[in-house]
Amino acid sequence: MAHIQLDNDLPGIRGLMAYRPEIAEPLNLLAETLLRNDNNTLTRGERELIGTYVSYLNDCFFCQNVHGALAGHYMQCDIGEIENIKQDFRSAEISPKMKTLLSIAESVQKGGKQVTSAQIEATKAEGATDIEIHDTVLIAASFCMFNRYVDGLGTWAPQDKQFYVERAPRRAEEGYQSSVYK
Amino acid sequence: MPHIPLEEHLPGITGLLEYRRDTAEPIRDLTQLLLRGPSSLTEGERELIATVVSNGNKCKFCTAAHTAAADVLLGDTVTAELVKTNISAAPVSEKMKALLVIADKVRESGKLVTPAHIEKAKAEGATDLEIHDTVLIAGLFCLYNKYVDGLDTALPADAGYFNVLADRLKNHGYARLPQGYDHLKKQVSN
Repeated sequence: MAHIQLDNDLPGIRGLMAYRPEIAEPLNLLAETLLRNDNNTLTRGERELIGTYVSYLNDCFFCQNVHGALAGHYMQCDIGEIENIKQDFRSAEISPKMKTLLSIAESVQKGGKQVTSAQIEATKAEGATDIEIHDTVLIAASFCMFNRYVDGLGTWAPQDKQFYVERAPRRAEEGYQSSVYK
Repeated sequence: MPHIPLEEHLPGITGLLEYRRDTAEPIRDLTQLLLRGPSSLTEGERELIATVVSNGNKCKFCTAAHTAAADVLLGDTVTAELVKTNISAAPVSEKMKALLVIADKVRESGKLVTPAHIEKAKAEGATDLEIHDTVLIAGLFCLYNKYVDGLDTALPADAGYFNVLADRLKNHGYARLPQGYDHLKKQVSN
């Protein structure tokens, strides 16, 4: 049960967004711009993967499953493969550039000051651009907010991971700005 | 030196918000709603939540900025200072102390907020909405702190900068001014 009375039975952040819809608007616009806007050299799948990995590190069940299912949908891979990436991205079959960006996201999750110049050099050597570095840091920081919002208010989450996999195609289609009550 | 090229006259968050204006817009709107929108918490109290979180995350720019904003809004410099060093000794209401403790837990991890923390805040008169907003403000400042430090943004050369910024935050809030930060650029080039 959530720590506050939400007057709805929606899970995770959706219950919070229905509770405070005026706040939901900028939250959804941020997610839409960072994760789904196609004017970006990182694919939607790559950006969802960053969100998934940070949510995994923050141990936020709802967020890591929603975004893991979306990453799997975009990357056309099985949810088991996403689980493997979360647990050990360094041995996963993803691009060397993505590995260096996930390493930066991992540092941001621990603390902004943990990101070193060596990590920035390494990701640039793999071809990452300044804006990709910027977006990686901001996606990681944003998920540190979303995860704390969802868990700090004690929201509930469906435990069946298949629930998230089945919803992902629709979320991918409709985007974040229509997500609140559906 | 910042990890990405940012305009030199824009330290801390300001350079990042100008670097990527499309992501800046919802971040600014969210901050304006949470810190300046209608609320039963005063603007000063909400700045104290931002201060305690930024201080806990050791983000120098954000701590200095929101300490200065809280000082201006509260009309003293003691409250913000004590909130950073010893919440229980700060001259704020028992309700605010309970909310600041929740904010500090959220800063570490959302999962550290217990029913006992919530009960304490409610017993001191906190409403559900105040608890909600406290948690999200704390979450938002984790975003800011990690964004500002994760890209290794610069601190202003002159500490007086934060007094100018505090006046701007008091009088204009968090929306982008029509001219952006061009007035600061002029100050630098002078």
